[in-house]
Formats: sequence, structure tokens, C-alpha cells
Amino acid sequence: MTTASLTGADATTNVPLKRRLKRAERARQLKAFALVGPLLLFLLFTFAGPIAGMLWHAVDDREVRQVLPQTVAALAGWDGKDLPDEKAYAALASDLQAARAAGTIAIAAKRLNYAQNGFRTILFSTARNLKAAPEAGTAKETLGKINPAWRERSTWTTIKGASGPITSFYLLGALDLVRNADGAIVAAPPDQAIYREVFARTFLISLGVTALCLMLGFPVAYLLATLPAGRSNLLMIFVLLPFWTSLLVRTCAWIVLLQSKGVVNDSLHWLGIIDEPLRLIYNRFGVCVAMTHVLLPFMILPLYSSMKAISPAYMRAAASLGAPPLTAFLRIYLPQTLPGIGAGSLLVFILALGYYITPALVGGAADQMISYFIALYTTETANWGLASALGAVLLLATVLLALVYGKLVQGQQVTGGMKN
Amino acid sequence: MMKRNIALGFAAAFTASAALATVAQARDLTVVSWGGAYQDAQKKVYFEPFKKASGVAMNDESWDGGIGVLRAKVQGGAATWDVVQVESDELAVGCDEGLFEKMDYTKIGGEAAYIKPSVNPCGVGAILYDFVLGYDKDKLKDAPKGWADFFDTKKIPGKRALRQGPKTTLEIALMADGVPPKDVYKVLATDEGVERAFKKLDTIKGDLVWWKAGAQPPQLLASGEVVMTSVYNGRIDTANKNEKKNFGMVWDGALFTLDSWVILKGSPNKDAAYKFLDFAGKAENQSKLSENIAYGTSNKDAAGLLQPAVLKDLPTAPDNIKNAIEINVAFWLENIDKLTERFNKWAAK
Repeated sequence: MTTASLTGADATTNVPLKRRLKRAERARQLKAFALVGPLLLFLLFTFAGPIAGMLWHAVDDREVRQVLPQTVAALAGWDGKDLPDEKAYAALASDLQAARAAGTIAIAAKRLNYAQNGFRTILFSTARNLKAAPEAGTAKETLGKINPAWRERSTWTTIKGASGPITSFYLLGALDLVRNADGAIVAAPPDQAIYREVFARTFLISLGVTALCLMLGFPVAYLLATLPAGRSNLLMIFVLLPFWTSLLVRTCAWIVLLQSKGVVNDSLHWLGIIDEPLRLIYNRFGVCVAMTHVLLPFMILPLYSSMKAISPAYMRAAASLGAPPLTAFLRIYLPQTLPGIGAGSLLVFILALGYYITPALVGGAADQMISYFIALYTTETANWGLASALGAVLLLATVLLALVYGKLVQGQQVTGGMKN
Repeated sequence: MMKRNIALGFAAAFTASAALATVAQARDLTVVSWGGAYQDAQKKVYFEPFKKASGVAMNDESWDGGIGVLRAKVQGGAATWDVVQVESDELAVGCDEGLFEKMDYTKIGGEAAYIKPSVNPCGVGAILYDFVLGYDKDKLKDAPKGWADFFDTKKIPGKRALRQGPKTTLEIALMADGVPPKDVYKVLATDEGVERAFKKLDTIKGDLVWWKAGAQPPQLLASGEVVMTSVYNGRIDTANKNEKKNFGMVWDGALFTLDSWVILKGSPNKDAAYKFLDFAGKAENQSKLSENIAYGTSNKDAAGLLQPAVLKDLPTAPDNIKNAIEINVAFWLENIDKLTERFNKWAAK
């Protein structure tokens, strides 16, 4: 739309200018939207959709009601105080026979086994031994004879607890909590309560790696920003070269360096500094070293770009006004690099939270981060509910941290980091 | 504006029709296996000869296992695979969940042609292999005799490696503690048995390194990082043959398991898949596989076609399988989640 067309075609019609402007505006908006449309669709399909799917999986609980519909219906009115009545037993018998014919028992068995170990066997053996539908009024007796578990109240509360359609079971599990037979939320048994510890470990390792990256990256970025162009470009290549190397290659290189007969240990031994090889790998130390190395460029690059923008005149001015070097650095230079420190730290921290390959290869059994468990439950044991719940908790914690960080950094930038 | 709308509409129609076309287009038979030296051997004795003999167009891919992957393939409606080699627990769970076609044995030579543990309603056995105790003969003067020596740090000092997680680890701990192989799962099914296994693991906790992928144990041995490790028997054999290593194996108390071929539910290439499985099930073809890589195979007559020199290094050799136990799939299906949590709790202590 050009101004010429406004005076030409539209001038003959008596459309008010305001409306014509609006129309032109709308056309422009549509054009802009058409330009970002493909990206928006792409993000919806590849990012928002899967995340929503994951969150849904964390609460979705329709497996048992699909397989044992009559039982779930019969238990709907059950108060959970004593054993359910004959009707529920008959419903279960009929459900099990139908499920056995359809080959769907495993789906319910898997879900119930999460809540009560051994339920898989109870369900399969009951279905196998239930030769014919029990005669009217004898279902309770028959099922109890086949497996004494059916005489326990807890067996039935497990089924009721898993009757869906949505559940808090997985999310509670991800926080080491369970519901007891009366529906109250209590701490999980100590030998199964591991996830809080794993989350804490994940955040601790990420925090440590971020701090190490900042300590190592700050001087390097400063050097890059202050050297003359030729030499700084050469150094920049040294920073970028590992950045372009595959993560797997860099992790394996650390194995070669750090193992007990590796380069580091052999050199120290040859120099006579140690007699016994140091344990540098398959422990927390190895994880921190390898992850710091892998993530260092993500810290250096934002720092470098923020330092590049700082004029050296500021430091000279501070010195000429009598500030000692340390004061000048703390009061003048450091505050101006804060956006770079913030961006670099957040980037490294959030990337570190999701690390999987590096800890898996150079960590011990006690150094596996939360992604290891998410991967384990997703692919190996196919407990998608728990995997999604762990993912949801991680996502929530990360978003919260990012928000807190945003608040902190905003406050800093308004005053340039100095208390006026 | 109008013109652009037409263009957009055309683009949308074009992508939609392109998508439909790819769905409707018949694809070649796709066979998926474990990669590495094993798949190279399979290419040599199964895939290439089969293509030549039958004229069926097929390609092969590799994967790292995980029932979740198969579930996503089948339920996601994007099953780009036809025949997949799966581990025993994947076979059991996938069969229960209806992810695989029922195996029609009449098309692959009949059930009688295969050894008993390899016949399953949803799949047919491909190979039988062991977790064995592996060590480096060049570094250890006294060869370990079994899992008890694995836990004896006085007799054999140094670090050892086990597979990360409870599976195989707890069985090994119990055998080391004197439980006869045939009773391992009976003991492990009790709380006291689990306690006992972890208590035994406590005794060498400081000397344990954990491996996660089958390629790691030979590397750990080769680099001298550990003196002993649990390892797939085929990997030891490959390291000895291809990298001139001098690794030894202890067959006593080995844990064996089977991998099976399955046909994914709804495969459009079922006929070609059966043709392939028939070819890969024949004794003369299977014996060639064992000559290339040290795995036992599922056809009853395959072992009889082998040289004694080859047979003695196979898991299916009578002497080697005498004191081995089959990894109990049913037990692990029921207990893997709880024992994994328990294992990680123990590891973090």
C-alpha cells in the first residue's frame, strides 16, 4: 500500500480517512503475522505442544479405568473403610476375564504395580486362575481363594487410587510423597525417597559449574575484549574451536585425561608428586571439570560482548580521580559487565540443569542428574507418568529461578549496579 | 493481498498433499538391530545375502533399545520400522501392550526348529548371550574363578566395574555371597535377599565403577581403569579378535538372556518381514553368524554345524551354559522401578 493508491483508488469512494488508515494498518499487521506465522507454527508444534503433552502425561491416569471399567464404577461409591461389597468383586471378575481376552491386563498391571509392588503378579495370576465367571454371590469368596491379596483393604484402595481420570500420584512421587491407605499425603518410604536428593544434586552441580565458568571465563573474556584485534581473534578461535567440537568427543577426551592411567595421573606420577593415582573421574570432580569445560564458551561469549562495549576511558577517568585500581574495578568496570555476567550465568546454569551425557560418562552412580532419571523412565522402564512428573518439576523450578533472576537483574540495571 | 492468500493456500495444499504422498508411498522393509560389530556381522551373513537371494529391497538401521521408543513408534502412528531386534524385557512388555504382531511360526520353519527359550508368541529368538566376568589376562596373574573373587579385594586388589542399576548387579552380589545360581531369584524375591545383596555390595562400594553402555567394559579393562568387570561375552571376543587384547572370561555364574526379532504392529511389509525372519532363522545362516561374533543362536541345528574351536567360546556350548542362569524377565518387570530407586538411594549414601 503506497500513498499513491490512497489518493487514487480509494479517494473516489467516500470512505473516511480513519477507516482507511485502520484498513491499511490491518493489512500491515496481517503481513507481519504472515511473516512470523511459519515460525509460530513451528514453535507450537515442536515446543509448546510437546511440553503441554508432557505436563498432561504427568497427571493422566486413565489406564486402569480403560481396562477395569466396571470395577472402577463399582468402587466409586466405596468409602474405603471395610472391604468392598460383593458387587465390586463380581465387577472385577468380569473385567479381568474381558481384559484377559483382549490382552490388556498388562496396561492396568503396570500402573497398579507402580503404586503397590507385586500387583502385576496379583492381577496376572488372578486372571489366569479365574477359569469361569464365579457364580452369583460367590465372587468375593472365589477371588479371595485365588489370591489372599483380595481380602486386604489396601489392595482395593490401590485400585481406587488409580481409577483416574487424573492423578497426583506421579507428581507426588517426583517429590518423594505418597498417599497412604486413608488418602493422606505422607513421606515416601526412605529407601524409595530419592528425587528430592537428585533435584538438590542437579541444582548444586549446575550452580558449581556456573561459578567455575564465571571464575575461569571472566579473565579470558577481559583479555579477549582488551587485546588488539589480531591477537584477540586468534584467542577467540581457541574459545570457539571446542565450542564447535562435539560434546561427546570433548567428554571422552576428559576420560582419556583423567582416568587412573590417564595423562594427568601419569604425568603427576612421573614427576614424583604422587605414588598412587588420584581418583579424578567417575566422581563429582570429573563431572564438574568436564561440564565446566563444555559450558565455558557459553559464559565467555556474553561476557565478551558486554565488555567490548565498555569504553576504556571510564577506567582512566576513575584512576585520574584518584580511585585505586580495585575500587575502580569494583565501582566502575564490574557494574557495567553485570548484564553479561547475568546472561552468561543464566545460560550456563539452565544448560547445566539438563545435562545428561557428560555426567553419565564421567560421573559415578551418585552423580547422576535428574535428566538421567527422566531418560531412564522414558525409554527403559517406560514409566512415562513419573518421567513427565520429574520433567514438570524441573521445568517449574527452572522457570521460577529464571523469574527470580529476572527480578534481581532488573533491579541492578536500573541503578547501574551502584547504590545511588 | 489476494495474490498472497492464493500463494499461501497453494503452499498449504502442496505440503498436505506431499505429506499424504509419503504416507501412501510403500517403503522398503526396514530391519533394526543393535549397531556396532554385531550389526556388521548381521549385514554380512543376513542382510546382504538375503537381499541377493530374495530380491527384496530392505535397509537396516540401529537403535539403543528401550520399550518407550517402540511404544512411541507404534502409538505415534509413525512406525518407520518393520522388524526390530529387542531384549527380553522389551519383548515381554511390548507383547503385553500389543506393540508387536503375533509371530506366525508356520512362515519361519515351525516352532520345532528353534530352542525352547527362544519361542515366544510375539517374537522369535535371534541370539543368546551372557553377562560374564571379564578380566585382562595380561594384568592378572591369578585368574578369578567366579563372582566371589570379584568381591575379594584382598586377593585381587583394584577397581571393578558393574552395569549401573539393580539388574544383573543384585544377582551377581547374591552369587558372590554364596547363593547357588538356580536359587538367586528365589532369594532376591524376599526383602532379606535384597538386603543381603546390598550388604554384599557395601563391601566393595569404594572400589566400584559403573558402566552404562556395552562398549564401556572392554575400554575400562583396556585402559587399566578396572581389573575386572561384568561384560557381554561378545564384546570380550571382539576385543580379543580385532584389537589383539588378551581378555579372559569366567562362564561360571554367568547370566544369560535372549534377544528376539519382532514385527512391529501394523507393519505394511509383513510378508517381506516373514521372508527375512525365515532366512535369518535357518541353521546354516545362523551358524555363519556365530563364526563372525561369539553369540549363540536360536536354531536347534545351528550349533551342530560349527567347528568345536568356535563352539567352545559360545554361551550355548554345554560347558558354558551348565552353571549359567537366565535373567528373570518377570521378576524385573515387577521390581525394576522400586529396586532402581533403592539402588540409587544406596549409591548416593
